Amino acid sequence: MRRLVFAALLAPGLALAAFLPSDRLADPAAEERAQSIGREVRCMVCQGQSIEDSDADLARDLRRIIRERLQAGDDDGTIRGYLQNRYGDFILLRPPFSLATGLLWATPLLALLFGLFLIRRRRAVVVPAAPLTAEERARLDQLSGQS
Amino acid sequence: MSDLTPRPRRRLLLAAPLGVAALGGLGFWYMLSGLQNGSFNPRGVPSALLGRTPPDFTLPPVEGMSHPGLSSADLRGLARPVLVNFWASWCVPCIIEHPQFMALQAEGVPIFGVSYKDRAEDARQFLSRRGDPFTRLGADPPGRVAIDWGVYGVPETYLLDRQGIIRWRYAGPITAEIMNEDVKPLLRRHA
Repeated sequence: MRRLVFAALLAPGLALAAFLPSDRLADPAAEERAQSIGREVRCMVCQGQSIEDSDADLARDLRRIIRERLQAGDDDGTIRGYLQNRYGDFILLRPPFSLATGLLWATPLLALLFGLFLIRRRRAVVVPAAPLTAEERARLDQLSGQS
Repeated sequence: MSDLTPRPRRRLLLAAPLGVAALGGLGFWYMLSGLQNGSFNPRGVPSALLGRTPPDFTLPPVEGMSHPGLSSADLRGLARPVLVNFWASWCVPCIIEHPQFMALQAEGVPIFGVSYKDRAEDARQFLSRRGDPFTRLGADPPGRVAIDWGVYGVPETYLLDRQGIIRWRYAGPITAEIMNEDVKPLLRRHA
């Protein structure tokens, strides 16, 4: 019940985050496509949000540009390329695979391999037990009942 | 047995967290001091246009001003490096950086302005009140040319070399430190 109330309270906020209906495309399929592109595009002003979720001025401009290009017949990749050309890879919330991002993706694996290497090296070194001192030997003999 | 007595190597290992903390503290201090003098911007993103010429564009002059407008043709084959500054009268950081441009213009460096999403009368008023450092001034009320440059907020300043290639971009107000440590050395290097 409480959850439902919260959801009801949050709903108008979500509606506000979406932008003016006049900016939406009349064709629902095209609008859905525009939104799916926009959800993958970073708002450069708020940086943690996609332009579909952002109220920033620039985000609105970029949403309009996506819709204009879409209506002009550009495919999704071309539209993403258009934005990437101007704002760099950072504008894409899902960074493309390149040498730099490849290293980033590989870091957990590299760290794991490094850890395994360290463990193996540690295991390989067998620390020889220090020989007993005369005192220890005497005590041992005493305990084991030999005198 | 012998494992329990601290050996030199073990003692070194115990000191490692301290060393890491000290290094972290140093890095943090460096970051904070950079934040204070403006040389470090945590939200800064390198421009995608670095090393490239700006996109083709033509901007009309700001209505009622004697300055010519700005187009990409004005940014090729320059006599000396120039600054291109995106600004607006409604932008507070633009007021902060304004004196830096007035001083630079007095030294004879050409500064081209783009009036971003602004009304002509507001832009005129801003410049008549605070001084006018611009040699050219293009009006971009819809902000479309700014998007082609990859501008994500005003003020943003670009430095172009004589071939018109973008060599440097700064998002945020130009402070005296940035002027002395970045802009002026770059202007000398590309002169």
